Amino acid sequence: MTEPDREGPPPAVRLAGISKRFGAVQANRDVALEVAAGSIHGIIGENGAGKSTLVSILYGFYEADEGRIEIAGQKAVIRSSADAIGHGIGMVHQHFMLVPTFTVLENVMLGAEGGALLARGRAETRAELLRLSATYGLEVDPDALVGDLPVGLQQRVEILKALRRGARILILDEPTGVLTPDETDRLFEILRGLRREGVTVLLITHKLREIMAVTDRVSVMRRGEMVAHRETAATTREDLAELMVGRKVLLEVPRVETAPGAVALRADGLTWRDARGVARLKEVSLELREGEILGVAGVSGNGQSELLDLLSGIEGVQEGRIAIGPRAIDRAHPADPSEMRAMGVAHVPEDRHRRGLVLPFEAQENAVLGYHHGPATGSGQLLDLGALGAHCATLMRRFDVRPANPRLRASGFSGGNQQKLVLAREIEQAPRILLVGQPTRGVDIGAIEFIHTRLLEMKKAGAAILLVSVELDEIMALSDRIAVMNAGRIEGVLTRAEATPHRLSLLMAGVREGEAA
Amino acid sequence: MTPLPRWVELGLLPLANISLAFLVAGAVVALIGESPVEAMAVMLKGAFVYDGALGYTLYYTTNFMFTGLAVSVAFHAMLFNIGAEGEAAMGGLGAALVCIALDAVLPGLMVIPIAIAGAAAFGAAWAVVPGWLQARRGSHIVITTIMFNFIAAGVLVSLLSGPLMRAGQSSPQTRDFAEAARLPFLHDIARALGFPATATPLNLSFLIALLAAFGVWVLIWRTRWGYALRAVGHSEGAARYAGIPVPRMVVVAMAVSGALAGCMALNEILGAQGRLVLNFTSGYGFTGIAVALMGRNHPVGIFFAALLFGALYQGGAELDFEFQTITREMVVLIQGLIILFSGALALMFVPALARIFRARAQ
Repeated sequence: MTEPDREGPPPAVRLAGISKRFGAVQANRDVALEVAAGSIHGIIGENGAGKSTLVSILYGFYEADEGRIEIAGQKAVIRSSADAIGHGIGMVHQHFMLVPTFTVLENVMLGAEGGALLARGRAETRAELLRLSATYGLEVDPDALVGDLPVGLQQRVEILKALRRGARILILDEPTGVLTPDETDRLFEILRGLRREGVTVLLITHKLREIMAVTDRVSVMRRGEMVAHRETAATTREDLAELMVGRKVLLEVPRVETAPGAVALRADGLTWRDARGVARLKEVSLELREGEILGVAGVSGNGQSELLDLLSGIEGVQEGRIAIGPRAIDRAHPADPSEMRAMGVAHVPEDRHRRGLVLPFEAQENAVLGYHHGPATGSGQLLDLGALGAHCATLMRRFDVRPANPRLRASGFSGGNQQKLVLAREIEQAPRILLVGQPTRGVDIGAIEFIHTRLLEMKKAGAAILLVSVELDEIMALSDRIAVMNAGRIEGVLTRAEATPHRLSLLMAGVREGEAA
Repeated sequence: MTPLPRWVELGLLPLANISLAFLVAGAVVALIGESPVEAMAVMLKGAFVYDGALGYTLYYTTNFMFTGLAVSVAFHAMLFNIGAEGEAAMGGLGAALVCIALDAVLPGLMVIPIAIAGAAAFGAAWAVVPGWLQARRGSHIVITTIMFNFIAAGVLVSLLSGPLMRAGQSSPQTRDFAEAARLPFLHDIARALGFPATATPLNLSFLIALLAAFGVWVLIWRTRWGYALRAVGHSEGAARYAGIPVPRMVVVAMAVSGALAGCMALNEILGAQGRLVLNFTSGYGFTGIAVALMGRNHPVGIFFAALLFGALYQGGAELDFEFQTITREMVVLIQGLIILFSGALALMFVPALARIFRARAQ
């Protein structure tokens, strides 16, 4: 099915000359797109390339300033999502729009109840749901509570919801962000099933692997413009990456092999409850050695953030112990982030907007966040603004932060440059232990290459690095060992050689293996 | 959105807001049958030109500066200190206790610094309690500081009608402090230097207020503590990540804020009155919120906002005096309009100005 029809029906979707401007930002500029009926069409691009804006226009969230939309050869005016649904367009959002306390059936009915009394609509929906499940291989129990279902099944409910409303064109916006690799594979099976039944699928993603795995054709966006359309079979990841970024990029930085040294940090039996008493970490133990990168994999929200908070001193240890050199940290002997920094623990937090940076602060103020009692702020009683600016300028030069303006507010930098600023601040402290959370989230491919290279350099220099990431590719590319977290536990630790996507998937889903060591 | 040029944001925008407030106020004046132009002239002369007018204006300005600075320091840590009124009252109590206890035994030059410290310490202590309750117990500081205003007023009433009341007299005030224990009037200093000067309540605390404004600027923008304070205010998450002890910062920020509010007593109690009287705070603490808001929480802005409110107070009194139809309430109305246009509607002109300056930039 990779060979699309050449002279068949008109394209399912045809966009011509679509432009959309938000204030000073041109989100879409003269975008053209043709999606063949019954194909899986990928749209790929970096953050801020305009993918989401484009599909939001198609789904009626925004109205284009200019341009023309045709659905199945007919000009369409789409001013609201109701219009879009009327044209047979369905959308599965990145963040699900489901009521967790409703059953699958009730969620699918929502917004299409069919009359004042529910009974008839319920019966009809149930019949339709069973038919759709059978046709597309979307098995799900209609009477299960949505909140009890795993994420992969919740996504199926979203797809069913769209199909129930007669969607013949299905848009999926970054659908794999919350899925394990196995769940992703199952989703792709479903998409192929939909294609077999003549549904047109529009897949929005920033992951090259997914484009290659499932699409027939791919369109590449960069800075609001459509830069290329390709037959997936006739292109390569490297080709697409170059189109996305506008220059050649190294997708995988060459590995650096080092012999791991002494244990730099040891955690023993960390159990931690949040303010509501919910255990977020359960009996977590790990060892981090000098000269190694220990990857922490897992679906987001399974305790990785809390682990970073504890190891960096942001949250206090409740049960268990952290040992860094001779210093043992436990409930009775807490260490705050300042003490952790003094012991050579640097932390690149997962959330640079809420943790890593004070967005209204100037770059030079952010360049000393956490180190404002250190030498970079000068030696006197008052802040030495000259020293602050010089320090920041050095960081910016070494990490290629653009624009290299120390007085610019942090909020004025792009995501990639913000992240480089945070990394520069932490890495330039030459820490013994580096905790890194989601180092490339929302960062463009060009910067990813740079960041990965820097982390491997740190490792080569003997630093002990703990890398938390939900991007499995990133974990696999950088880590020497991989710890997999699920529901607050470390389900297993694999060496890189042992870590196949399938084994990682099982651990991420909480299925333990006997030999995991 | 490209930001506006600095001079537009800090200069033109507030000016436009104030002009609009005066235009509307002028319309109201016209509505009751008086000439807005004439009223404006009386007000300006009353605030700056008449003999002694400037002294009175600056005397009021001093009060607004202390309370405005107090509110702004807390605000940099995202704390909305509504309690400047109560903290100022307690500051007055602190200053008065020092003076009453010591003005007979120590020379004035020693009593005054101790009395200043007493005002600051009492104000700080009164603000620390709500700060501590917020930092450690999660009680919202807006609620607790409002309550503390009432408690402070109650404490003063009970003390001034009881143990601190001047012997043999029934008005709620203390005895007069010894002359040497009071802050000197600026007209006395001027006369001592050989310049003729009209007697006004303006005293040395005006200069102390200017020093305090400079001190606040250094503290917030040039010290590590101020850096940490602003980090807490902008992003508590980032502050915790940076190892800044957020609860302690909250308590200390409230202490500094309360100390500044307490120093309002320097002007009223150690300066103008020379004794502790009831209700000397008369709303300056609340108006301080508007002053801080209008001054964009920057000492320079606060100085100009305080001057504006000082001029309104003094010029307004003149207005009340000159026109039969314009009453004290009319002046409060003008103040309200200024707060409305430069506080609540402060950003109303931003889109229009942005259009103008973007068009010019292109």
